[in-house]
Amino acid sequence: MPLADARAQVPRLITVQHDPVADHAWLDRLALGCNRYTPLVALDAPDGLILDIAGAEHLFDAEAGLVADAEMRLSRLGMTMRHALGPTADAARALARYQTRPAPDEASAIRRLPVVALELEPEATTALVRAGLKTIGDLASRPMANIAARFGAGAAMALRRILGDAPSPLDPRIAPPPVAVERRFAEPLASTAHATKVLAELADEAFADLLERGKGGRHFRATFFRSDGLARSIDIETGHATRDTGLVMRLFAERMDGLADPLDPGFGFDMIRLAVPRLDPLGATQLKLEGGEVREAAMGELVDRMTTRLGRGRVKKLIAADTHIPEQAQLALPAIDALSLAPWIAPEPGEPPTRPFHLFDPPQPIEVIAEVPDGPPQRFRWRRAFHAVRRYEGPERIAAEWWRRRDNGGLTRDYYRVEDVHGRRYWLFRHGLYDEKPDPRWYIHGVFA
Amino acid sequence: MRESSQPLAGLRKRIVRLAVTDGPTSRQAGGWLASGHAGFDAALGGGLAIGKTHEFFAADALDATSAAAFAALMALRTPGKAPLIWLRTSDAGKRTGYIYAPGIAELGGNPDRLLLVEASDPKMLLACANDAIRCAGSAAVIVESWGKFPLFDLTAGRRLALGARDAGTTLLMLRLNAVPVPSVAETRWSVAAAASRELEANAPGAPAFDLELLRWRAGPAGERWRLDWNHDENRFGEPALSGALLPVSARRAAVSHGAAAA
Repeated sequence: MPLADARAQVPRLITVQHDPVADHAWLDRLALGCNRYTPLVALDAPDGLILDIAGAEHLFDAEAGLVADAEMRLSRLGMTMRHALGPTADAARALARYQTRPAPDEASAIRRLPVVALELEPEATTALVRAGLKTIGDLASRPMANIAARFGAGAAMALRRILGDAPSPLDPRIAPPPVAVERRFAEPLASTAHATKVLAELADEAFADLLERGKGGRHFRATFFRSDGLARSIDIETGHATRDTGLVMRLFAERMDGLADPLDPGFGFDMIRLAVPRLDPLGATQLKLEGGEVREAAMGELVDRMTTRLGRGRVKKLIAADTHIPEQAQLALPAIDALSLAPWIAPEPGEPPTRPFHLFDPPQPIEVIAEVPDGPPQRFRWRRAFHAVRRYEGPERIAAEWWRRRDNGGLTRDYYRVEDVHGRRYWLFRHGLYDEKPDPRWYIHGVFA
Repeated sequence: MRESSQPLAGLRKRIVRLAVTDGPTSRQAGGWLASGHAGFDAALGGGLAIGKTHEFFAADALDATSAAAFAALMALRTPGKAPLIWLRTSDAGKRTGYIYAPGIAELGGNPDRLLLVEASDPKMLLACANDAIRCAGSAAVIVESWGKFPLFDLTAGRRLALGARDAGTTLLMLRLNAVPVPSVAETRWSVAAAASRELEANAPGAPAFDLELLRWRAGPAGERWRLDWNHDENRFGEPALSGALLPVSARRAAVSHGAAAA
């Protein structure tokens, strides 16, 4: 029906442009949701899903329970659903789309389907109907050779598929599996050196696969399976996606050298597997003429190597945090995956720095002599030595966050920037105001340049 | 004596070649980490030579922060985004304090350039330093140690110096609470905090440093400077004179323990 006719019949008709791409994306999302029933979900574009529920239906109270669950969930999404269960994918599909009359069992239901269910060319379907063959059953009772001769091999094949005589394989929609390559040995490998060599070959294989996908690995796991049943996994990570066998093998060697209990082949390894659980896009790189790319790569490799040797938490970058509490204003995150987000506070022009170069965390207690109780410090004792204050600035009052300040959780700190007679600059604070606490303690929190 | 064997002659030639390339003549290769203070840079022929080792001793254990800040500022005042690799042992944070990025930002440095590496012990520190120094592309590598560092002997120092020369990186050895001992460093400094220029209401001013050149392989040592850091212009400068300061003689004859050791 043309749109104009439809509008004439229903004046308040809401019309939407047909968007096949969005429909497909929606179908894909529904398919993803159907993974709750079975991992084998195939798209039957434009509006169908085929689920292979063999061996999975008992989890939902048999087939009826599974169907009820799917109907309930789809109706919540505003979808109406027609379903059918069948012995093969093509049979179920034909039943769902073309069944008009109920039948006592699956076989007779299939035989009662109209010949349109074969989804042949329109001419072939018309020819079948004109020949008086209205249902699949009519067609199935004729010799297959005659059908093939008269209506083409396609008709015979479609018929055999619906009847379950020919296989109708599914093309399930499965997320591409992560890269994993393995090698089994008839004779176990007794030497670690040989195992490492095999690992390098596996890495080459994995990287050939990754190159085709346009991906690089960020995380690699080598698992050595011993013939006595034990397995040992060794993990390495890199800061950038890589496909460089040499680099990855250097990192593995670094990690193996640093193991507290070295890799023990025991009676030998009978299988070695290299998995790449984490992938990132990595296109082919174009090197800069002046070598900038190479330098960055070298620096990334250094970070990876030191992270592998020392551990994730020991190679760090400092990241700004948005808080006024001095000891929380920076985060030390592993350099291998740190990204700087918040900007640092720019210095005030003409003013000396108000934050120290070195920070003590926790602050170190000191003994202070002040002229008046809530005045600046005059002398203080830190690390068994007295320091006489010559210049000072302060106080800079830093209070705990308001939600901590209630019920006496956090005390206010009065910070002083002081310089002693030797010219060394310190950051001292009194923990608590005199009306908050009877005898507040003093601490040194940092040292200025 | 006539050269009796071919290999021996070859080795001798190699030694001669090594000695030549390592001499002061090869210094133009990398350039300098300049301080921005005209007098200081001119006296050193441009600043701290890139591709060399420079040692900074804290004059006193309490001057550790001044020595660290001076080395860091020399590296961070170079333009660009090249990282500054800072290696320390994991107990350094408790002893001298954690490196505090907001403080570095207020000095005008970019803390995003810092790459902090915490080694578990001095042996690992040296191993990581050897890796870091061979990686071109860093602004400088700071290796911070506390107290005596027996592992950092002449052999280890030589290995690091060769790595720095080949990769064109600069090694800044930060020796805190340590006494200078002979080493292969290009320059050796003693750094102390200096009284800052007083601001209004007796407030401490911009960071100031007392520097003494204890040893310089390419020239005379013993010179002293007092520099203060100007974060607006991103350079070291002459501190404005204040009545409270004692005049510092340009070149003191006094033989310090560092010069004696060299």
